[in-house]
Amino acid sequence: MTALALTSFTATSAIGRGLAATLASLRAQRSGLAPCRFETVTLATCVGEVAGVDEVQLPRALGEFQCRNNRLAWLGLTQDGFSAAVAECAARHGRKRIGVFLGTSTSGILETEMAYRHRDPSSGALPREFRYRGAHNTFSLAAFAQQALELSGPAVVISTACSSSAKAFASARRAIEAGVIDAAVVGGVDSLCLTTLYGFHSLQLVSRTPCRPFDTARDGISIGEAAAFALLERPGSSLDAHTVLLTGTGESSDAYHMSSPPPDGRGARAAMQQALAAAALAPEDIEYINFHGTGTAGNDAAEGRAVAGVLGSEIPGSSTKGATGHTLGAAGALEAVICAVALQAQLMPAGINTREVDPALPVRYLRENRLGRLSRVMSNSFGFGGANCSLIFARAG
Amino acid sequence: MSAVSTLAAYVDGVGFLGPGLADWPAAARVLSGEARWERAPTALPPPQCLPSAERRRTGAPVRLTLAVGLEASAHAGADPASLAAVFSSSGGDGENCHEICQVLASGDRQLSPTRFHNSVHNAAAGYWGIATGATTAANALCAHDASFAAGLLEALCQVAVERTGVILITYDTSCPEPMHSARPIPDACGVALVLRPAAGAASLARLEASWSAECADRMEDDALERLRAAIPAARSLPLLALLARQRTGRVLVDYLDDTRLAVQVSPCR
Repeated sequence: MTALALTSFTATSAIGRGLAATLASLRAQRSGLAPCRFETVTLATCVGEVAGVDEVQLPRALGEFQCRNNRLAWLGLTQDGFSAAVAECAARHGRKRIGVFLGTSTSGILETEMAYRHRDPSSGALPREFRYRGAHNTFSLAAFAQQALELSGPAVVISTACSSSAKAFASARRAIEAGVIDAAVVGGVDSLCLTTLYGFHSLQLVSRTPCRPFDTARDGISIGEAAAFALLERPGSSLDAHTVLLTGTGESSDAYHMSSPPPDGRGARAAMQQALAAAALAPEDIEYINFHGTGTAGNDAAEGRAVAGVLGSEIPGSSTKGATGHTLGAAGALEAVICAVALQAQLMPAGINTREVDPALPVRYLRENRLGRLSRVMSNSFGFGGANCSLIFARAG
Repeated sequence: MSAVSTLAAYVDGVGFLGPGLADWPAAARVLSGEARWERAPTALPPPQCLPSAERRRTGAPVRLTLAVGLEASAHAGADPASLAAVFSSSGGDGENCHEICQVLASGDRQLSPTRFHNSVHNAAAGYWGIATGATTAANALCAHDASFAAGLLEALCQVAVERTGVILITYDTSCPEPMHSARPIPDACGVALVLRPAAGAASLARLEASWSAECADRMEDDALERLRAAIPAARSLPLLALLARQRTGRVLVDYLDDTRLAVQVSPCR
């Protein structure tokens, strides 16, 4: 595939608003996970909540999109000069030539959950102020971002559970390669809600303590929330050495089970191999892998096997979900931005909270940050329904 | 799409299921004017190809997408496992979502694990892989009322860039009250197209897409036009009508607020 430049990017999660705060937390190996005090939830678990989301004011013209997910999206879009970079890009290419490809699994479902608590006692109707299109519908995020950024090209939400916003990168790069658009706003936003908290709890996949990916005693995920965005464009003729490129994407399906991967991780393997082929790289060219690493027994075991099978057992890697929590539909984009930050800062971030790396997982799991030359990294994202996606990012110089 | 002259694909197979339209041959007879449309509730067949354990867990979207997807694959003479899949739906499984919201609003928030894993927008894509053994990429998109055109655009990009066969499956189902009042989709409707980068023995027509700001095409028949307007997946009807009539023509498919997808249809036979 033709490499694309991430000409602007930003992330907001439990470890910070914007890139500077995110990098500072990664450097300090700080976790954003804390005991859950969210809404009316009474589960004994930790979450990666973004502070201050409910205080975010949407511009009046975007009022129809009011919901936690879009407030978090707005918070994300207003960091690191991202919106200004998009406006500049739109001035260069035209508003119709910039696509919006965003991933979410939750959209504004929290609004619907609350509306169901306030149904009319006699008719059962939802409250009058319930907004299906602006808040509930899965597309709400892309419609909101397109309007907020004043774009008018193609817009779509990709919703494949926990790989949603990784697959958004793959769809966007195809649209650019096909010439449908010149640039794309890609990313993902997922926000805390009762469906995911009680849902993962029903599957007994939620840890009581901050999640410990790849640990011998790992016992489930910690749910987080995040907004992460990148502006993808064809690279210009003069590239700064610090520029981060998307050089490979790979997608596959498990065709196995709705909520667990095949133990040998063959679907994950196929996605990684495809990404390597797309980037025209050999396995040994990858210097760091950001694992999907959710912290459940089965997921990490399958991924460990798959990664060792494709990249070898010496590949250094970590899951940053110990810091951010599992941000579900936003995880692919959040971890893509973490990879971009890692490439620019020449930092392999540690997988924090993990005390004893499971000896049964044949990879070099980083429990401490590692500084050193870093040119090419991979990020894995796998979702329910067996939807796998691997992305490769590289420094231009 | 000015830069692209080749956002094109060949349609090798079609699947359809909607109100009073039991399959593609039935829909084609109505769309070509050979038969009158008799409105009747969409009749969803039992889920094909799924193991019995999975079969019990599936709702209307899975039955609908398996039916149209397998019909289109058979029509194209294609092994579904060989095709990349693009699913698009304006709302996923509204009934499952309703059940979850009801439980979460009750005093006891014990969700069914099956309900939860079926709540993901790509549930139908997941069951498609389990039923067909397809380990190829499967995408799941949402663009509210624009979901058919958004899915077609993604499928055409995959055909053009990956040079692979793709099955596009667009579907909608209705949701129960109180959600139905907020989103009044009257019945289930699904359409599947098998698209390929090159013409083959099975090819029915060549499609080529570009942007337009003109108004979306409507159905001449008032009742069919109401169907087109009521169900996002039925926004495919004007395109399907050209395929049914095996006519050359240009059709404007409804997309986002100020944009239409213009599709040039050229029959291969």
